[in-house]
Amino acid sequence: MNEPIHNTTSRDHGPETIPVVELRGITKAFPGVLANDHIDLALRGGEVHCLLGENGAGKSTLMSILSGMVQPDEGDIRVHGEPTRLASPKRAIEMGIGMVYQHTTLVPTLTVLDNLMMGALGTFRLDEAGSRARLAEVAGMLGVDVDPDAETATLALGQQQQIEIIKALWRGSKVLILDEPTSMLTPRGVEELARALERLKGHGMAVVLITHKLHEATSMGDRVTVLKQGRVVGRLEPDELRGRSHDELQPVIVAMMFGEQEEAEPELVELQEHVVPVRGARELPREALLELVDVHVAPRGGELGVRGVDLSVRPGEILGIAGVDGNGQRELAEAIAGQRHVSSGEIRFQSLHIDRLSVWQRERMGLRYVSDDRMGEGTVAALPVGLNLVLKRIGQAPFWRRGSIRHAEIERNAREKIEEFAIRTPGPGTRIGTLSGGNIQKVVLARELAHEPKLVVYNKPTYGLDIVTTRTVRERIEALAAEGVSALVISTDLDELVALCDRIAVISRGRIAGIVENGAGAAQRVGELMVGGQAEVA
Amino acid sequence: MSSETTAPSVTPGAGETAPVPALGRFAETAIRSLVPVLLALVAGGLVLLALGTNPITFYANVWSGGVDFTAWEDTIMRMAPLTLIACGLIFVFKAGIWNLGIDGQFLLAGAVIAGLAPELYGNMPDALMFFILFVVAGVVASVWTIIPAMLRAYYGVNEIITSLMTSFIGINLANILIKGPFQDAASNVPQTKAIPFTNLLPTIPGTRIHVGVIVAALAAVATWYAMSRTSFGLRLAILGANARAATHVGIPVARLIIVSFMVSGLFIGLAAASEIMGIWGYVRADWNPAFGLLVVPLVFLARFNAIAVIPFVAALALLTIGGDFATQEAGISNEFTLLLVGLVLLFMGVTELLGRNRNLGASYLQGIRRKVRVREETS
Ligand SMILES: Nc1ncnc2c1ncn2[C@@H]1O[C@H](COP(=O)(O)OP(=O)(O)OP(=O)(O)O)[C@@H](O)[C@H]1O
Ligand SMILES: [Mg+2]
Repeated sequence: MNEPIHNTTSRDHGPETIPVVELRGITKAFPGVLANDHIDLALRGGEVHCLLGENGAGKSTLMSILSGMVQPDEGDIRVHGEPTRLASPKRAIEMGIGMVYQHTTLVPTLTVLDNLMMGALGTFRLDEAGSRARLAEVAGMLGVDVDPDAETATLALGQQQQIEIIKALWRGSKVLILDEPTSMLTPRGVEELARALERLKGHGMAVVLITHKLHEATSMGDRVTVLKQGRVVGRLEPDELRGRSHDELQPVIVAMMFGEQEEAEPELVELQEHVVPVRGARELPREALLELVDVHVAPRGGELGVRGVDLSVRPGEILGIAGVDGNGQRELAEAIAGQRHVSSGEIRFQSLHIDRLSVWQRERMGLRYVSDDRMGEGTVAALPVGLNLVLKRIGQAPFWRRGSIRHAEIERNAREKIEEFAIRTPGPGTRIGTLSGGNIQKVVLARELAHEPKLVVYNKPTYGLDIVTTRTVRERIEALAAEGVSALVISTDLDELVALCDRIAVISRGRIAGIVENGAGAAQRVGELMVGGQAEVA
Repeated sequence: MSSETTAPSVTPGAGETAPVPALGRFAETAIRSLVPVLLALVAGGLVLLALGTNPITFYANVWSGGVDFTAWEDTIMRMAPLTLIACGLIFVFKAGIWNLGIDGQFLLAGAVIAGLAPELYGNMPDALMFFILFVVAGVVASVWTIIPAMLRAYYGVNEIITSLMTSFIGINLANILIKGPFQDAASNVPQTKAIPFTNLLPTIPGTRIHVGVIVAALAAVATWYAMSRTSFGLRLAILGANARAATHVGIPVARLIIVSFMVSGLFIGLAAASEIMGIWGYVRADWNPAFGLLVVPLVFLARFNAIAVIPFVAALALLTIGGDFATQEAGISNEFTLLLVGLVLLFMGVTELLGRNRNLGASYLQGIRRKVRVREETS
């Protein structure tokens, strides 16, 4: 299992071999943004090529061009040295380029096999037996175990992602593109992914990995390209990566990504490390701001639901919820926000029973919810950034007066938030669906933190954010806490929780397995609880 | 966010890639709306040729039958119920709710007021009577949407099926009312008692055009305003664009579904009142102008915009009024007009598909996008 991090296949092929895919001078402009500006990129078989860069740098756009989703304005693409036009995703798949998108494309109500057979378009008759065989074959190649008849929604995110990868490889791709595949995964999920990629390299495949986590780039990547504002601003060749430790490489990459000024800031580097500053104990008011008493939430298709949770959050406290994704986190968050009913138990906020209050009433009380599904429910893709920023204030002053919309107010608010949260968008009128993933997340945060929040439920607050933005978001959570605004931070990233929280609760199978005061040794105890919680029920 | 704030939010060189100019977008919308109509006319022409009719003469007859002499007044009056129905449909379609029970709502409302009108007539000023009849029609049609609305709102039952089913019941219930309690005792034809032809809705001075047309025009403006400027319109648009987001941002989804269904019924009821009190004065059993499904494609062609739907409604009114004459002249069934509408629907789908493949921009959600004006970053 413990294969060497740097596979030798790339050396066997030698630098002289023709790249599987070569992009030259790729340029793509969208209204108001130059997303890709004369980018050159060569992908070689047997290599993992990491694509790094801040939010909105143009990574996803470049990969959409490679997968035929987006047509470049300029530049050419060579596949095995042959100039090729990737006019459609179908064409790209035919040319052996498979992509796993930043946001899931699986149909949750279908089985794994159905989802995969849907990918095999073009053949009218669905060949079930053939598909089963192919699934076994590709799963074997990845070294994973997949149940073809499982309903997709019931699978853990890591498994769903494996299905996405299998789907991308279904037609015998030679290039696999992964757009931020690790942002939703647990450390173990990341390890599994790394092993799968190692195997694919062994099969001579070229892999592109987009990530915001530098240790993933330095551990999994054979080659690194850094983008900034649509341009290539740095590259690391295999011989530059090989043999250098993560600590040596990190400052170099950070400097490339953000310019020299960031290099000097040590905590930026530390963010990526396991040595994180642990918060010291603080004096907090004693009475609880939010209290959950024996809360049960009924599960829906494939969920676990919440099965008797007691929690309390004090004013200004940051309480973490650690746990493997899909253990009731979303159900819990939605129950607090009012998107679902609790089937029994009670929720008190500022000593008031809020079980019967609507989402809207809770929002007005200062209870906020940053959803982890920013595309599915957090935003309305077809609406402009400006309106998305006021979605939870529809019909209210100052954005609406006497029933009529005030465009000037909405625009003024949008400009303010765009500035404050450094949202990269051509303007307030741009449809939010066209923004980069990280910038959409910033819009969601800006909306939820406006209008005097008292307690914010964050579900994966920094998911998809670049290092600098991740840091500012964490600082913001802390600064708000200092002002007395509480936070319930749900995250699968233990480092994040240890860096931020006063206390960390571990959720497992819809129950709280235990609560740990943050401090020395907290990470380890949380880890034990996570394992213990799983074992206890199993 | 130091490094990002200092970085220009718009990349240099962005000026050259300015957003599509307004005219371009307008032209694009116009093309997408007109192309299906033109293609339908061409395809319809081929069908006419096959039937041995000269399409040029036929279309010329449609025009003269719909415009010449006093026919234009009929055309304009026909626009009243069509516009009102279109308004009603915009309120639901925008929210992604498919109220297809239009004909049942229309006829039931029509039958009830046709039965009520002779009771009121002469007992009160005409103006009050018409007001009451419009309100009653609106309420009846509105109430007739409640069952599909509730089933959809609380149990997620597909409203296409339930609204079609309740429509079927509504049509038959209307007939039962007409043949039963509302039957004109003095007539041996199954129909309601008529109010005198001279005492129908007042007309616009100097024309035969009844004031239902004005009601329809006001409704179109009100609908446009509600959809583009009010929070109600935005909530409907959000529900239509992303129902999960609607829940997330605190929109009371179930209530909104019911309200939008009922508003849609209200306008359909007004359409019935306008048609019956403006043109007929009574309702005969089995009378069914079947406006509902004719209007549906127009609402899509106009991309759910109540003002933009008016030219399409005018074209349909012309086609139905002039079509009667033209089909008579040509000796073919007047259902040919239905065929033309069907062809429009078909080509609309084709244009939409081709347009999407060519990336001709977003389809019908374009209207909302402009709610916050796109101002180019000049600073
Ligand atoms: N379809 C589109 N229409 C308009 N602009 C777009 C479109 N797609 C991307 N953009 C713009 O192009 C720029 C690059 O976006 P891209 O999604 O490639 O960034 P990214 O590097 O993947 O960022 P992130 O790390 O946040 O995912 C952004 O400014 C974005 O707003
Ligand atoms: Mg991206």
